[in-house]
Amino acid sequence: MNTFSLVVNGKRISVEAWPMARLLDVLRENGFTGTKEGCGEGECGACSVLMASRGEARKLVNSCLVPVAQAAGAEITTIEGIAIRDELHAVQQAFIDHGGAQCGICTPGMVLAAIQLLDKTPQPNSDEVRAAVAGNLCRCTGYIKIFDAILDACKRMR
Amino acid sequence: MSGSGDIDGWVGRSVPRKDGVAKVTGQARYVDDITMPHMLYGVTVRSSVPRGRIKAIHYSDKIPWEQFTIVTAANIPGENVIYLLMGDQPCLASRVINHSQEPIVLLAHSDKNLLEAARGGVTIEVEPEPGVFSIEDSLEQKEIVWGSDNILKQYHMNKGDVDSVWPSADFVVEGEYRTGAQEQLYIENNGMIATASPAEGVTVWGSMQCPYYVQKALMRLFALPAEKVRVVAAVTGGGFGGKEEYPSMIAGHAALLAWKSGRPVKMIYDRAEDMAATTKRHPSRTRHRTAVSRDGKLLGMDIEFTLDGGAYATLSAVVLSRGTIHAAGPYRCPNVRVHARAVATNYPPHGAFRGFGAPQSIFALERHLNKVAAVVGLPPEELRRRNFLHQGDLTSTGQEVREPVDLEGLLDRAFSATDYRAKVQSFARSNIGSRIKRGIGFATFMHGAGFTGSGEEYLASIVGVEATADGGAKILVAATEMGQGSSTTLAQIAADALGISFDRVTVAEQDTANVPNSGPTVASRTCMVVGKLVETAALALKAKVAEAGIAGDFSTASAAYIKIHGPLRHFAKYAAPPGIHWDDQSYQGDAYGAYAWAVYVAEVAVDTLTYEASVTDFVALQEVGRVIHPRVAAGQIEGGVAQGIGYALYENVQWKDGRMANNQMTNYIMPTAADVPPIRVLFAETPYAYGPGGAKGIGELPIDGPAPAIANALENALGVPFDEIPATPEKIMTAVRGAR
Repeated sequence: MNTFSLVVNGKRISVEAWPMARLLDVLRENGFTGTKEGCGEGECGACSVLMASRGEARKLVNSCLVPVAQAAGAEITTIEGIAIRDELHAVQQAFIDHGGAQCGICTPGMVLAAIQLLDKTPQPNSDEVRAAVAGNLCRCTGYIKIFDAILDACKRMR
Repeated sequence: MSGSGDIDGWVGRSVPRKDGVAKVTGQARYVDDITMPHMLYGVTVRSSVPRGRIKAIHYSDKIPWEQFTIVTAANIPGENVIYLLMGDQPCLASRVINHSQEPIVLLAHSDKNLLEAARGGVTIEVEPEPGVFSIEDSLEQKEIVWGSDNILKQYHMNKGDVDSVWPSADFVVEGEYRTGAQEQLYIENNGMIATASPAEGVTVWGSMQCPYYVQKALMRLFALPAEKVRVVAAVTGGGFGGKEEYPSMIAGHAALLAWKSGRPVKMIYDRAEDMAATTKRHPSRTRHRTAVSRDGKLLGMDIEFTLDGGAYATLSAVVLSRGTIHAAGPYRCPNVRVHARAVATNYPPHGAFRGFGAPQSIFALERHLNKVAAVVGLPPEELRRRNFLHQGDLTSTGQEVREPVDLEGLLDRAFSATDYRAKVQSFARSNIGSRIKRGIGFATFMHGAGFTGSGEEYLASIVGVEATADGGAKILVAATEMGQGSSTTLAQIAADALGISFDRVTVAEQDTANVPNSGPTVASRTCMVVGKLVETAALALKAKVAEAGIAGDFSTASAAYIKIHGPLRHFAKYAAPPGIHWDDQSYQGDAYGAYAWAVYVAEVAVDTLTYEASVTDFVALQEVGRVIHPRVAAGQIEGGVAQGIGYALYENVQWKDGRMANNQMTNYIMPTAADVPPIRVLFAETPYAYGPGGAKGIGELPIDGPAPAIANALENALGVPFDEIPATPEKIMTAVRGAR
């Protein structure tokens, strides 16, 4: 086992792990259980987190495909780091208002994918919204209310 | 949200979901998010062949087995069975193997990283036997793999005398239709945590739809009374039927490991195991023979409906029942015969999946009616229009339609929303010479809500509503929240019955130690049946407070009541609506308390270079009684339509030697955000007298219509029939080239 240092939601943590341990497991074992496992092979996006390696802009990654060694020193944002105390992010509030969450298991990843989109493209069109969450599978909603939520969130963030 | 004592009521409003904040912030606790001190992890060693006899179990000498907890059938304290309707399915196979995923040995260890190697260190020595892998081979009894004749269940449903009509019919139209297996593909895999000991009994926490089914199974497995078996539903990440029966198996496995080790045991399936081992939608074959008059009147329908049930009976009998009752659709026909069979094969058992047999038989019928229309020379909508059921007519089970039904009106509205007739003409023109062929198709159908026939009476569900000391109320039900919004809609119903704010109503955790058995969370019954009981219990609770003569509104009076008299709660038990009769022998009578009625219209585009089909527009119009929560209801429909699109076009379970070969999200393809069309959900609301606030069931309905509507649209686009789903590019290519 090795010791790795990561910054998760703005706080530095130190973890004991094998270098090839999945970032997903490391996060979950350290209490960030909002990051979900759906498939373990990068298809469903339930384990999506935002990761910023040194000097780079943050990007959405499937944490099931990221070895912790690769995440060492990076800044990770999980769903637990999105709301500021009790104040929900506009995307989270829009998911509630539009029914974007049903069973909720894909929701953390969806919210992070939406935030990643709005980081880069503050005023996306509906095709850009679809493309942005096309790597996040949802079996409950048929995606329609997720699209509505994301388009409304970007209006609220203007 | 304000609105205490709101005179407009809460039913009918899209209030914020009770579980919304926890889910968008990642705070909702699913089973895999729970850990316990000294917890072990459990895994399952399964068969590698689909049929055979176990000769020996070998444990590799490279594994330090003394560190592991090992469980086999010999360690089961009670009966080795996962009991549901029948006792044919073992919890752990000890001698006979009937499918490739048969569980045989269970292993637990505190370090989950060591378990995979250990699982590989167990070898099951099997004497293989030939298996049965198709409906045909099972019916021909190539091998007898279940009972004396491979028939898990059969029904003969008979209305009138179908054999009397063939001579006088102007046309007799025959067809055969097939549907494939479908994986529920909830995004949260199955999982359980158990603690167990002879002194304390068994407790499990997990992802499930039916806490009391799990309790019933564990009681047999451990030979324990109900009070020693406690089942708690964690937040459940989707079910769709896939967490109706299999959770009893996983709970049993986790509990056996906990019983032996004396420590909590967590078993979480990974995706590959979940897809390979747990239940799927039954594959089907339906044969229709229909007598019809020159003017398009249905005279007789002879239907042979067959489901592949897999290796054990599980829920096949009731899946078959629902499929049988829906096989003749919302049409008036004096003579109907359905011979329905569920047959055994050596696939892992097929089971509950949203729609529960109805999507299969409705696919067949709605394809077949287009064929009948073509033979008669009528447009498909005109043929249906001449045969729609109306108030006062009898369904195929002889059930009188007591409520007003306006399928013509629904058809007109759906066609006008889609501009159907104009599109039929414009696509026919624009397809000429175009690589992209476009088409439009529709399906008209009904879906019965609640358990079939006398099922609700047998269930005899009980629901409680309890006043809380702060003037609110708590709903006590075993219905689990798996995303469908039950914790919200049931609270709306109770709030209106009590005349208090929605914010003051909560739904208790589904813990068999604290909530009564309100039945399983299945069959589109939660809102309609359980919701009605919530309404009844809440009204009785309110009456109890009023009788006590304490002044003030419910909140004030109930709080005062509790101070004086102590706990205040009321339990309501299911009673059938008046005039409901069902005969299990003849399969005639009132099959369901209420039906939802629907017209779904799909537009497709097919690229004739790649033969890929996509759905480009979709309208889902349904009459579901009063809509309790418009946003939740629309979300249910949209999700069901997307799942139906997958069923029709993409979701192709590939079997090899009796096991699922593509048990990965990489190559079992469900619709993504890039694949779904705009889905327009439209409601017609005719309040149902025996539903809460006038509501009927809704959850399963949307999976019935998309597949036939899409297959009909494909035929419209390409001019060749599509009688088998999924219509993958390979099948579309074969159909188009074969037609040349």
